[in-house]
Amino acid sequence: MADTYTGPVPKPTPETQPFWDATKQHTLKIQRCGDCARHYFYPRPLCPHCLSRNVAWVAVSGRGKLHSFVINHRAPRGFPATGPFVIGIVELDEGVKMMSNIVGVEPDPMLLRCDMPVEVVFEDITDEITLPKFKPVTPSFKPVTR
Amino acid sequence: MSADITKLRGSVAIVGAAESDELGRLPHKSSLQLHMEATHNALADAGLKKSDIDAVFTSGRNMANDVPEYLGIRPRFIGGTQVGGCSFILHVEHAMAAINAGLCEVALITHGESGYSRIAMPAPRWGDDSTNNQFELPYGTSGPATGYGFLATRHMHTYGTTSEQLAEVAVATRKWAALNPKAFARDPLTIDDVLNSRMICWPFHLLDCCLVTDAGGAVIVTSAERARDLKTKPVYVLGTGECATHMMVSQMPSFVSWDAARISGERAFRMSGVKQADIDVAEFYDAFTIVPMLALEELGFCKPGESGAFVSGQRTAPGGDFPMNTNGGGLSYTHTGMYGIFTIIEAVRQLRVECGPRQVANAKTAICHGTGGTWSAAATMIVSTER
Repeated sequence: MADTYTGPVPKPTPETQPFWDATKQHTLKIQRCGDCARHYFYPRPLCPHCLSRNVAWVAVSGRGKLHSFVINHRAPRGFPATGPFVIGIVELDEGVKMMSNIVGVEPDPMLLRCDMPVEVVFEDITDEITLPKFKPVTPSFKPVTR
Repeated sequence: MSADITKLRGSVAIVGAAESDELGRLPHKSSLQLHMEATHNALADAGLKKSDIDAVFTSGRNMANDVPEYLGIRPRFIGGTQVGGCSFILHVEHAMAAINAGLCEVALITHGESGYSRIAMPAPRWGDDSTNNQFELPYGTSGPATGYGFLATRHMHTYGTTSEQLAEVAVATRKWAALNPKAFARDPLTIDDVLNSRMICWPFHLLDCCLVTDAGGAVIVTSAERARDLKTKPVYVLGTGECATHMMVSQMPSFVSWDAARISGERAFRMSGVKQADIDVAEFYDAFTIVPMLALEELGFCKPGESGAFVSGQRTAPGGDFPMNTNGGGLSYTHTGMYGIFTIIEAVRQLRVECGPRQVANAKTAICHGTGGTWSAAATMIVSTER
Protein backbone atom coordinates (compact mmCIF):
# COMPACT_ATOMS: atom_id res chain seq x y z
CA MET A 1 0.00 0.00 0.00
CA ALA A 2 1.01 3.53 0.85
CA ASP A 3 3.90 4.79 -1.24
CA THR A 4 3.22 2.45 -4.16
CA TYR A 5 -0.46 3.21 -4.67
CA THR A 6 -1.06 4.73 -8.12
CA GLY A 7 -4.82 5.31 -8.23
CA PRO A 8 -6.79 8.46 -7.41
CA VAL A 9 -6.49 9.38 -3.75
CA PRO A 10 -9.37 11.25 -2.13
CA LYS A 11 -8.46 14.58 -0.63
CA PRO A 12 -10.87 15.30 2.22
CA THR A 13 -12.62 18.60 2.66
CA PRO A 14 -13.77 19.95 6.04
CA GLU A 15 -17.23 18.43 5.69
CA THR A 16 -15.93 15.01 4.62
CA GLN A 17 -12.95 14.76 7.00
CA PRO A 18 -14.86 12.84 9.70
CA PHE A 19 -15.77 10.16 7.15
CA TRP A 20 -12.13 9.64 6.19
CA ASP A 21 -10.98 9.84 9.83
CA ALA A 22 -13.39 6.99 10.56
CA THR A 23 -12.36 4.78 7.64
CA LYS A 24 -8.75 5.21 8.71
CA GLN A 25 -9.85 3.62 11.99
CA HIS A 26 -11.65 0.91 9.94
CA THR A 27 -15.04 2.20 10.95
CA LEU A 28 -17.80 3.31 8.62
CA LYS A 29 -19.54 6.50 9.67
CA ILE A 30 -22.30 8.29 7.82
CA GLN A 31 -24.62 11.12 8.74
CA ARG A 32 -28.15 11.06 10.10
CA CYS A 33 -30.64 13.88 10.30
CA GLY A 34 -31.86 14.76 13.77
CA ASP A 35 -35.11 16.13 12.41
CA CYS A 36 -36.35 13.70 9.74
CA ALA A 37 -34.32 10.79 11.17
CA ARG A 38 -33.03 9.70 7.78
CA HIS A 39 -29.46 8.74 7.01
CA TYR A 40 -27.68 10.16 4.00
CA PHE A 41 -24.47 9.93 2.03
CA TYR A 42 -22.16 11.61 0.87
CA PRO A 43 -21.09 13.81 3.78
CA ARG A 44 -22.42 17.37 3.90
CA PRO A 45 -23.59 19.60 6.71
CA LEU A 46 -27.26 19.59 5.78
CA CYS A 47 -29.82 16.89 5.27
CA PRO A 48 -30.54 16.48 1.53
CA HIS A 49 -34.00 15.16 2.39
CA CYS A 50 -35.33 18.01 4.55
CA LEU A 51 -32.51 20.59 4.46
CA SER A 52 -32.16 20.50 8.23
CA ARG A 53 -28.72 21.38 9.58
CA ASN A 54 -29.37 19.34 12.70
CA VAL A 55 -27.25 16.42 11.55
CA ALA A 56 -24.90 14.04 13.31
CA TRP A 57 -22.30 11.40 12.50
CA VAL A 58 -23.16 7.83 13.38
CA ALA A 59 -21.18 4.62 13.10
CA VAL A 60 -22.94 1.93 11.05
CA SER A 61 -22.42 -1.80 10.66
CA GLY A 62 -21.33 -1.60 7.03
CA ARG A 63 -23.79 -4.26 6.01
CA GLY A 64 -25.98 -3.85 3.00
CA LYS A 65 -26.90 -5.13 -0.42
CA LEU A 66 -25.33 -4.87 -3.83
CA HIS A 67 -27.89 -2.68 -5.56
CA SER A 68 -26.20 -2.76 -8.94
CA PHE A 69 -22.79 -3.31 -10.48
CA VAL A 70 -20.64 -3.23 -13.57
CA ILE A 71 -17.45 -5.09 -14.40
CA ASN A 72 -14.91 -2.69 -15.83
CA HIS A 73 -12.51 -4.25 -18.32
CA ARG A 74 -10.66 -1.03 -19.05
CA ALA A 75 -9.11 0.43 -15.94
CA PRO A 76 -8.45 4.17 -16.10
CA ARG A 77 -4.84 5.22 -16.45
CA GLY A 78 -2.95 4.75 -13.22
CA PHE A 79 -5.63 2.66 -11.57
CA PRO A 80 -4.03 -0.33 -9.85
CA ALA A 81 -6.06 -3.10 -11.49
CA THR A 82 -4.47 -5.82 -13.58
CA GLY A 83 -7.71 -7.24 -14.94
CA PRO A 84 -11.47 -6.74 -14.89
CA PHE A 85 -12.80 -5.47 -11.58
CA VAL A 86 -16.22 -4.87 -10.08
CA ILE A 87 -17.65 -1.44 -9.34
CA GLY A 88 -20.80 -1.63 -7.29
CA ILE A 89 -23.56 0.57 -6.00
CA VAL A 90 -23.98 -0.60 -2.44
CA GLU A 91 -27.16 0.12 -0.50
CA LEU A 92 -26.39 0.11 3.20
CA ASP A 93 -28.96 -1.20 5.66
CA GLU A 94 -29.54 2.44 6.61
CA GLY A 95 -30.86 3.09 3.09
CA VAL A 96 -28.02 5.16 1.65
CA LYS A 97 -26.26 4.26 -1.57
CA MET A 98 -22.56 4.58 -2.20
CA MET A 99 -20.15 3.53 -4.89
CA SER A 100 -17.41 1.05 -4.06
CA ASN A 101 -15.50 -1.92 -5.34
CA ILE A 102 -16.78 -5.41 -4.71
CA VAL A 103 -13.86 -7.57 -3.62
CA GLY A 104 -13.46 -11.17 -2.52
CA VAL A 105 -15.33 -12.49 -5.54
CA GLU A 106 -14.23 -13.12 -9.11
CA PRO A 107 -15.28 -10.38 -11.55
CA ASP A 108 -17.75 -12.70 -13.21
CA PRO A 109 -21.37 -11.71 -13.87
CA MET A 110 -22.40 -15.27 -13.00
CA LEU A 111 -21.08 -14.83 -9.47
CA LEU A 112 -22.66 -11.48 -8.75
CA ARG A 113 -26.30 -10.60 -8.37
CA CYS A 114 -28.24 -7.46 -7.58
CA ASP A 115 -29.40 -7.44 -3.95
CA MET A 116 -26.80 -9.97 -2.78
CA PRO A 117 -25.72 -9.20 0.80
CA VAL A 118 -22.38 -7.47 1.20
CA GLU A 119 -20.34 -6.08 4.08
CA VAL A 120 -17.65 -3.49 4.37
CA VAL A 121 -13.93 -4.17 4.39
CA PHE A 122 -11.23 -1.56 4.54
CA GLU A 123 -8.29 -1.02 2.23
CA ASP A 124 -5.51 1.28 3.37
CA ILE A 125 -4.30 2.89 0.16
CA THR A 126 -2.01 5.50 1.73
CA ASP A 127 -0.93 6.36 5.24
CA GLU A 128 -3.78 8.86 5.39
CA ILE A 129 -6.58 7.39 3.31
CA THR A 130 -8.48 4.14 3.71
CA LEU A 131 -11.16 3.21 1.19
CA PRO A 132 -14.27 1.34 2.24
CA LYS A 133 -14.84 -1.62 -0.06
CA PHE A 134 -17.37 -4.42 0.14
CA LYS A 135 -17.33 -8.20 -0.09
CA PRO A 136 -20.13 -10.71 -0.43
CA VAL A 137 -21.32 -11.93 2.96
CA THR A 138 -21.66 -15.46 1.59
CA PRO A 139 -18.58 -16.42 -0.39
CA SER A 140 -20.29 -19.48 -1.87
CA PHE A 141 -23.06 -17.38 -3.38
CA LYS A 142 -25.28 -19.42 -5.66
CA PRO A 143 -24.50 -18.56 -9.27
CA VAL A 144 -27.25 -17.41 -11.58
CA THR A 145 -27.70 -18.12 -15.26
CA ARG A 146 -27.72 -15.19 -17.62
CA MET B 1 -46.84 24.02 -11.44
CA SER B 2 -48.94 27.09 -11.99
CA ALA B 3 -47.26 28.64 -15.02
CA ASP B 4 -49.17 28.12 -18.24
CA ILE B 5 -46.47 26.51 -20.32
CA THR B 6 -48.85 25.74 -23.16
CA LYS B 7 -48.73 29.35 -24.32
CA LEU B 8 -45.13 28.74 -25.46
CA ARG B 9 -46.31 26.04 -27.86
CA GLY B 10 -45.25 26.86 -31.40
CA SER B 11 -43.92 30.28 -30.43
CA VAL B 12 -40.49 29.64 -31.95
CA ALA B 13 -39.18 27.68 -34.89
CA ILE B 14 -35.93 26.10 -35.94
CA VAL B 15 -34.98 27.73 -39.23
CA GLY B 16 -31.43 26.50 -39.75
CA ALA B 17 -29.65 23.25 -38.95
CA ALA B 18 -26.33 21.90 -40.10
CA GLU B 19 -23.25 19.92 -39.21
CA SER B 20 -19.64 20.91 -39.70
CA ASP B 21 -18.17 20.44 -43.19
CA GLU B 22 -16.78 17.07 -42.15
CA LEU B 23 -17.61 14.59 -39.42
CA GLY B 24 -15.46 11.77 -38.15
CA ARG B 25 -11.85 11.83 -37.09
CA LEU B 26 -10.49 15.24 -37.98
CA PRO B 27 -7.00 15.86 -36.59
CA HIS B 28 -6.70 18.86 -38.91
CA LYS B 29 -9.50 20.83 -37.22
CA SER B 30 -9.83 22.44 -33.81
CA SER B 31 -12.96 22.26 -31.70
CA LEU B 32 -13.68 25.93 -32.38
CA GLN B 33 -13.27 25.42 -36.11
CA LEU B 34 -15.96 22.75 -35.88
CA HIS B 35 -18.23 25.31 -34.18
CA MET B 36 -17.44 27.79 -36.93
CA GLU B 37 -18.19 25.41 -39.78
CA ALA B 38 -21.48 24.30 -38.27
CA THR B 39 -22.56 27.87 -37.56
CA HIS B 40 -21.59 28.99 -41.05
CA ASN B 41 -23.54 26.14 -42.59
CA ALA B 42 -26.60 26.64 -40.37
CA LEU B 43 -26.74 30.34 -41.24
CA ALA B 44 -26.52 29.51 -44.93
CA ASP B 45 -29.27 26.94 -44.45
CA ALA B 46 -31.49 29.57 -42.81
CA GLY B 47 -30.60 32.30 -45.29
CA LEU B 48 -29.46 34.52 -42.44
CA LYS B 49 -26.32 36.56 -41.88
CA LYS B 50 -24.01 36.50 -38.90
CA SER B 51 -25.23 39.98 -38.01
CA ASP B 52 -28.74 38.59 -37.55
CA ILE B 53 -27.60 36.53 -34.55
CA ASP B 54 -28.25 38.29 -31.26
CA ALA B 55 -28.03 35.31 -28.91
CA VAL B 56 -25.52 32.50 -28.57
CA PHE B 57 -26.12 29.30 -26.66
CA THR B 58 -23.42 26.71 -26.30
CA SER B 59 -21.99 24.28 -23.79
CA GLY B 60 -18.60 23.40 -22.41
CA ARG B 61 -16.12 25.21 -20.24
CA ASN B 62 -15.84 28.87 -21.28
CA MET B 63 -17.33 28.06 -24.67
CA ALA B 64 -19.90 30.84 -24.26
CA ASN B 65 -16.92 33.21 -24.30
CA ASP B 66 -14.80 31.36 -26.81
CA VAL B 67 -17.41 30.95 -29.53
CA PRO B 68 -18.45 34.61 -29.82
CA GLU B 69 -14.79 35.66 -29.91
CA TYR B 70 -13.86 33.10 -32.57
CA LEU B 71 -16.90 33.95 -34.71
CA GLY B 72 -16.76 37.68 -34.10
CA ILE B 73 -20.26 37.83 -32.66
CA ARG B 74 -21.39 40.12 -29.84
CA PRO B 75 -24.43 38.34 -28.42
CA ARG B 76 -26.71 40.32 -26.17
CA PHE B 77 -28.10 37.15 -24.72
CA ILE B 78 -25.74 34.34 -23.67
CA GLY B 79 -26.60 30.82 -22.66
CA GLY B 80 -23.87 28.55 -21.40
CA THR B 81 -25.80 25.94 -19.48
CA GLN B 82 -23.64 22.86 -19.34
CA VAL B 83 -25.36 19.69 -18.19
CA GLY B 84 -23.59 17.41 -20.63
CA GLY B 85 -24.66 16.10 -23.99
CA CYS B 86 -28.32 17.09 -23.86
CA SER B 87 -27.43 20.72 -23.17
CA PHE B 88 -28.23 21.79 -26.72
CA ILE B 89 -31.76 20.39 -26.60
CA LEU B 90 -32.26 22.26 -23.35
CA HIS B 91 -30.82 25.41 -24.96
CA VAL B 92 -33.79 25.42 -27.34
CA GLU B 93 -36.07 25.82 -24.33
CA HIS B 94 -33.87 28.60 -22.96
CA ALA B 95 -33.77 30.32 -26.35
CA MET B 96 -37.54 30.05 -26.56
CA ALA B 97 -37.86 31.70 -23.15
CA ALA B 98 -35.50 34.52 -24.11
CA ILE B 99 -37.19 35.11 -27.47
CA ASN B 100 -40.62 35.17 -25.85
CA ALA B 101 -39.34 37.63 -23.26
CA GLY B 102 -38.16 39.92 -26.03
CA LEU B 103 -34.52 39.65 -25.01
CA CYS B 104 -33.35 38.32 -28.37
CA GLU B 105 -34.75 37.34 -31.73
CA VAL B 106 -32.32 35.03 -33.53
CA ALA B 107 -30.54 32.48 -31.36
CA LEU B 108 -27.57 30.41 -32.45
CA ILE B 109 -27.16 27.10 -30.62
CA THR B 110 -23.78 25.67 -31.49
CA HIS B 111 -21.60 22.71 -30.68
CA GLY B 112 -18.12 21.76 -31.78
CA GLU B 113 -16.01 19.09 -30.17
CA SER B 114 -12.79 17.42 -31.12
CA GLY B 115 -13.89 14.44 -29.11
CA TYR B 116 -11.51 11.96 -30.71
CA SER B 117 -8.56 14.05 -31.92
CA ARG B 118 -8.66 16.41 -28.90
CA ILE B 119 -7.48 19.39 -30.94
CA ALA B 120 -7.71 22.60 -28.91
CA MET B 121 -10.05 21.04 -26.38
CA PRO B 122 -10.38 22.39 -22.86
CA ALA B 123 -9.10 19.90 -20.30
CA PRO B 124 -11.63 19.64 -17.51
CA ARG B 125 -10.40 17.79 -14.47
CA TRP B 126 -11.99 17.09 -11.16
CA GLY B 127 -10.10 18.60 -8.27
CA ASP B 128 -8.51 16.11 -5.90
CA ASP B 129 -10.96 17.24 -3.24
CA SER B 130 -14.07 17.14 -5.46
CA THR B 131 -16.89 14.86 -4.44
CA ASN B 132 -16.19 12.75 -7.54
CA ASN B 133 -12.56 12.30 -6.64
CA GLN B 134 -13.45 11.37 -3.09
CA PHE B 135 -16.38 9.05 -3.63
CA GLU B 136 -16.27 7.63 -7.18
CA LEU B 137 -12.96 7.94 -9.02
CA PRO B 138 -11.02 5.85 -6.45
CA TYR B 139 -13.15 2.87 -7.45
CA GLY B 140 -11.90 2.87 -11.01
CA THR B 141 -14.68 4.57 -12.90
CA SER B 142 -13.57 5.35 -16.40
CA GLY B 143 -16.11 7.77 -17.75
CA PRO B 144 -19.59 7.09 -19.05
CA ALA B 145 -19.01 3.41 -19.92
CA THR B 146 -18.85 2.57 -16.23
CA GLY B 147 -21.59 4.89 -14.96
CA TYR B 148 -24.26 4.10 -17.55
CA GLY B 149 -23.99 0.39 -16.87
CA PHE B 150 -25.44 0.47 -13.36
CA LEU B 151 -28.92 1.14 -14.67
CA ALA B 152 -28.54 -1.50 -17.38
CA THR B 153 -27.55 -4.13 -14.81
CA ARG B 154 -30.44 -3.27 -12.51
CA HIS B 155 -32.85 -3.20 -15.44
CA MET B 156 -31.71 -6.67 -16.49
CA HIS B 157 -32.11 -7.90 -12.92
CA THR B 158 -35.56 -6.38 -12.43
CA TYR B 159 -37.17 -6.92 -15.81
CA GLY B 160 -35.17 -9.71 -17.42
CA THR B 161 -33.85 -7.41 -20.12
CA THR B 162 -31.17 -9.24 -22.11
CA SER B 163 -27.90 -8.44 -23.83
CA GLU B 164 -29.57 -9.52 -27.09
CA GLN B 165 -32.23 -6.86 -26.64
CA LEU B 166 -29.57 -4.21 -26.06
CA ALA B 167 -27.83 -5.42 -29.20
CA GLU B 168 -31.05 -4.98 -31.20
CA VAL B 169 -30.65 -1.24 -30.74
CA ALA B 170 -27.09 -1.21 -32.08
CA VAL B 171 -28.05 -3.33 -35.09
CA ALA B 172 -31.12 -1.26 -35.98
CA THR B 173 -29.18 1.97 -35.63
CA ARG B 174 -26.44 0.67 -37.92
CA LYS B 175 -29.06 -0.05 -40.58
CA TRP B 176 -30.01 3.63 -40.54
CA ALA B 177 -26.34 4.61 -40.69
CA ALA B 178 -25.94 2.52 -43.83
CA LEU B 179 -28.43 4.92 -45.44
CA ASN B 180 -26.59 8.05 -44.29
CA PRO B 181 -23.46 8.91 -46.31
CA LYS B 182 -22.22 11.07 -43.42
CA ALA B 183 -22.30 8.22 -40.91
CA PHE B 184 -18.94 7.06 -39.56
CA ALA B 185 -19.73 3.33 -39.23
CA ARG B 186 -21.83 1.90 -42.05
CA ASP B 187 -20.84 -1.76 -42.34
CA PRO B 188 -23.64 -4.26 -41.68
CA LEU B 189 -23.88 -5.48 -38.11
CA THR B 190 -25.55 -8.50 -36.54
CA ILE B 191 -26.64 -9.19 -33.00
CA ASP B 192 -23.87 -11.79 -32.74
CA ASP B 193 -21.36 -9.17 -33.85
CA VAL B 194 -22.43 -7.00 -30.92
CA LEU B 195 -22.40 -9.87 -28.42
CA ASN B 196 -19.01 -11.08 -29.67
CA SER B 197 -17.37 -7.67 -29.60
CA ARG B 198 -14.93 -7.22 -26.75
CA MET B 199 -16.22 -6.43 -23.32
CA ILE B 200 -15.69 -2.81 -22.33
CA CYS B 201 -17.60 -2.72 -19.10
CA TRP B 202 -20.06 -5.50 -18.44
CA PRO B 203 -22.89 -5.43 -19.43
CA PHE B 204 -21.61 -3.26 -22.31
CA HIS B 205 -19.71 -4.77 -25.22
CA LEU B 206 -17.75 -2.46 -27.50
CA LEU B 207 -20.67 -2.25 -29.93
CA ASP B 208 -23.09 -1.28 -27.16
CA CYS B 209 -21.03 1.90 -26.83
CA CYS B 210 -21.17 5.02 -28.96
CA LEU B 211 -18.49 6.21 -31.31
CA VAL B 212 -15.85 8.74 -30.40
CA THR B 213 -15.63 11.32 -33.18
CA ASP B 214 -14.95 14.96 -33.99
CA ALA B 215 -17.80 17.09 -35.32
CA GLY B 216 -19.76 20.28 -35.01
CA GLY B 217 -23.45 21.03 -35.23
CA ALA B 218 -25.55 24.17 -35.05
CA VAL B 219 -29.19 25.18 -35.16
CA ILE B 220 -30.84 28.59 -35.46
CA VAL B 221 -34.00 29.37 -33.52
CA THR B 222 -36.19 32.41 -34.02
CA SER B 223 -39.75 33.54 -33.39
CA ALA B 224 -42.51 31.89 -35.39
CA GLU B 225 -43.28 35.31 -36.86
CA ARG B 226 -39.73 35.92 -38.08
CA ALA B 227 -39.56 32.35 -39.36
CA ARG B 228 -42.37 33.02 -41.80
CA ASP B 229 -40.15 35.47 -43.71
CA LEU B 230 -37.26 33.03 -44.14
CA LYS B 231 -36.57 30.69 -47.01
CA THR B 232 -36.75 27.43 -45.11
CA LYS B 233 -39.81 25.51 -44.04
CA PRO B 234 -40.12 26.34 -40.32
CA VAL B 235 -39.89 23.48 -37.88
CA TYR B 236 -42.00 24.64 -34.95
CA VAL B 237 -41.06 23.86 -31.38
CA LEU B 238 -44.25 22.53 -29.82
CA GLY B 239 -42.97 21.38 -26.48
CA THR B 240 -39.83 21.29 -24.36
CA GLY B 241 -38.81 19.95 -21.00
CA GLU B 242 -35.70 19.56 -18.90
CA CYS B 243 -34.65 18.12 -15.56
CA ALA B 244 -31.52 17.24 -13.61
CA THR B 245 -31.33 14.96 -10.60
CA HIS B 246 -27.71 14.26 -9.67
CA MET B 247 -24.08 14.64 -10.61
CA MET B 248 -22.35 11.52 -9.29
CA VAL B 249 -24.05 8.44 -10.67
CA SER B 250 -23.97 6.85 -7.21
CA GLN B 251 -26.48 9.51 -6.19
CA MET B 252 -28.97 8.66 -8.94
CA PRO B 253 -32.41 8.54 -7.31
CA SER B 254 -33.28 5.18 -8.91
CA PHE B 255 -31.30 2.62 -10.84
CA VAL B 256 -34.28 1.10 -12.58
CA SER B 257 -35.99 4.25 -13.77
CA TRP B 258 -34.68 7.51 -15.20
CA ASP B 259 -36.49 10.22 -13.32
CA ALA B 260 -34.97 13.17 -15.19
CA ALA B 261 -36.16 11.79 -18.51
CA ARG B 262 -39.68 11.15 -17.25
CA ILE B 263 -40.01 14.65 -15.80
CA SER B 264 -38.60 16.38 -18.89
CA GLY B 265 -40.78 14.29 -21.16
CA GLU B 266 -43.98 14.90 -19.23
CA ARG B 267 -43.52 18.64 -19.57
CA ALA B 268 -42.66 18.49 -23.27
CA PHE B 269 -45.76 16.44 -24.02
CA ARG B 270 -47.95 18.67 -21.84
CA MET B 271 -46.70 21.84 -23.49
CA SER B 272 -47.09 20.38 -26.96
CA GLY B 273 -50.49 18.78 -26.63
CA VAL B 274 -49.04 15.98 -28.74
CA LYS B 275 -49.58 12.33 -27.87
CA GLN B 276 -47.03 9.56 -28.18
CA ALA B 277 -49.03 8.07 -31.05
CA ASP B 278 -48.62 11.33 -32.98
CA ILE B 279 -44.81 11.03 -33.09
CA ASP B 280 -43.51 10.01 -36.51
CA VAL B 281 -39.74 10.03 -35.85
CA ALA B 282 -37.73 9.67 -32.64
CA GLU B 283 -34.19 10.97 -32.25
CA PHE B 284 -32.93 9.67 -28.92
CA TYR B 285 -29.44 10.14 -27.51
CA ASP B 286 -27.73 6.77 -27.67
CA ALA B 287 -24.48 6.99 -25.78
CA PHE B 288 -25.05 3.31 -24.96
CA THR B 289 -27.70 0.91 -26.18
CA ILE B 290 -29.61 1.07 -22.89
CA VAL B 291 -30.07 4.86 -23.07
CA PRO B 292 -32.68 5.11 -25.85
CA MET B 293 -34.41 2.07 -24.33
CA LEU B 294 -34.95 3.97 -21.09
CA ALA B 295 -36.10 6.98 -23.11
CA LEU B 296 -38.77 4.79 -24.70
CA GLU B 297 -40.02 3.85 -21.24
CA GLU B 298 -39.81 7.22 -19.55
CA LEU B 299 -41.32 9.14 -22.45
CA GLY B 300 -44.31 6.83 -22.48
CA PHE B 301 -43.77 4.86 -25.67
CA CYS B 302 -43.88 1.68 -23.64
CA LYS B 303 -44.31 0.74 -20.00
CA PRO B 304 -41.46 0.54 -17.47
CA GLY B 305 -39.46 -2.60 -18.11
CA GLU B 306 -40.89 -3.19 -21.56
CA SER B 307 -38.26 -1.51 -23.70
CA GLY B 308 -36.44 -4.79 -24.31
CA ALA B 309 -39.53 -6.27 -25.91
CA PHE B 310 -40.24 -2.97 -27.68
CA VAL B 311 -36.94 -2.89 -29.55
CA SER B 312 -36.96 -6.61 -30.39
CA GLY B 313 -37.46 -7.74 -33.96
CA GLN B 314 -35.71 -4.65 -35.34
CA ARG B 315 -38.77 -2.51 -34.67
CA THR B 316 -36.69 0.70 -34.64
CA ALA B 317 -34.80 -0.12 -37.87
CA PRO B 318 -35.64 1.11 -41.39
CA GLY B 319 -38.95 -0.50 -42.27
CA GLY B 320 -39.90 -0.98 -38.62
CA ASP B 321 -42.93 0.78 -37.21
CA PHE B 322 -40.93 3.01 -34.85
CA PRO B 323 -38.21 4.91 -36.77
CA MET B 324 -35.57 5.80 -34.18
CA ASN B 325 -32.19 7.47 -34.64
CA THR B 326 -32.57 7.73 -38.37
CA ASN B 327 -29.16 9.36 -38.90
CA GLY B 328 -27.40 6.33 -37.41
CA GLY B 329 -27.22 7.83 -33.94
CA GLY B 330 -24.29 8.21 -31.65
CA LEU B 331 -23.72 4.49 -32.05
CA SER B 332 -22.90 4.67 -35.76
CA TYR B 333 -23.15 8.20 -37.21
CA THR B 334 -21.19 10.50 -34.92
CA HIS B 335 -20.62 11.08 -31.22
CA THR B 336 -18.36 13.88 -30.17
CA GLY B 337 -18.97 13.51 -26.45
CA MET B 338 -22.01 15.81 -26.46
CA TYR B 339 -24.35 14.36 -29.08
CA GLY B 340 -27.56 16.30 -28.35
CA ILE B 341 -27.34 18.85 -31.16
CA PHE B 342 -27.37 16.07 -33.73
CA THR B 343 -30.77 14.82 -32.59
CA ILE B 344 -32.15 18.26 -33.48
CA ILE B 345 -30.43 18.45 -36.86
CA GLU B 346 -31.77 15.06 -37.90
CA ALA B 347 -35.31 15.82 -36.70
CA VAL B 348 -35.30 19.05 -38.72
CA ARG B 349 -34.08 17.24 -41.82
CA GLN B 350 -36.68 14.51 -41.49
CA LEU B 351 -39.49 17.03 -41.13
CA ARG B 352 -38.20 18.98 -44.11
CA VAL B 353 -38.06 15.77 -46.16
CA GLU B 354 -34.33 16.10 -46.88
CA CYS B 355 -33.20 12.62 -45.90
CA GLY B 356 -33.08 10.76 -49.20
CA PRO B 357 -32.99 6.99 -48.78
CA ARG B 358 -33.48 7.20 -45.02
CA GLN B 359 -36.45 9.54 -45.23
CA VAL B 360 -39.37 8.48 -43.05
CA ALA B 361 -42.54 8.76 -45.10
CA ASN B 362 -45.04 11.43 -44.02
CA ALA B 363 -42.91 12.60 -41.10
CA LYS B 364 -44.66 15.61 -39.58
CA THR B 365 -43.84 15.41 -35.89
CA ALA B 366 -40.58 14.38 -34.25
CA ILE B 367 -39.25 14.02 -30.74
CA CYS B 368 -35.68 14.75 -29.65
CA HIS B 369 -34.41 13.56 -26.32
CA GLY B 370 -31.07 13.44 -24.63
CA THR B 371 -29.07 12.61 -21.57
CA GLY B 372 -26.37 14.64 -19.93
CA GLY B 373 -23.76 13.66 -17.39
CA THR B 374 -24.40 10.07 -16.38
CA TRP B 375 -28.19 9.88 -16.51
CA SER B 376 -27.86 13.17 -14.63
CA ALA B 377 -29.86 15.52 -16.78
CA ALA B 378 -32.40 15.04 -19.53
CA ALA B 379 -34.01 17.27 -22.11
CA THR B 380 -36.94 16.61 -24.41
CA MET B 381 -38.27 18.54 -27.40
CA ILE B 382 -41.21 17.92 -29.69
CA VAL B 383 -41.10 19.62 -33.08
CA SER B 384 -43.48 19.69 -36.01
CA THR B 385 -44.02 21.26 -39.38
CA GLU B 386 -47.45 22.29 -38.15
CA ARG B 387 -48.07 24.79 -35.38
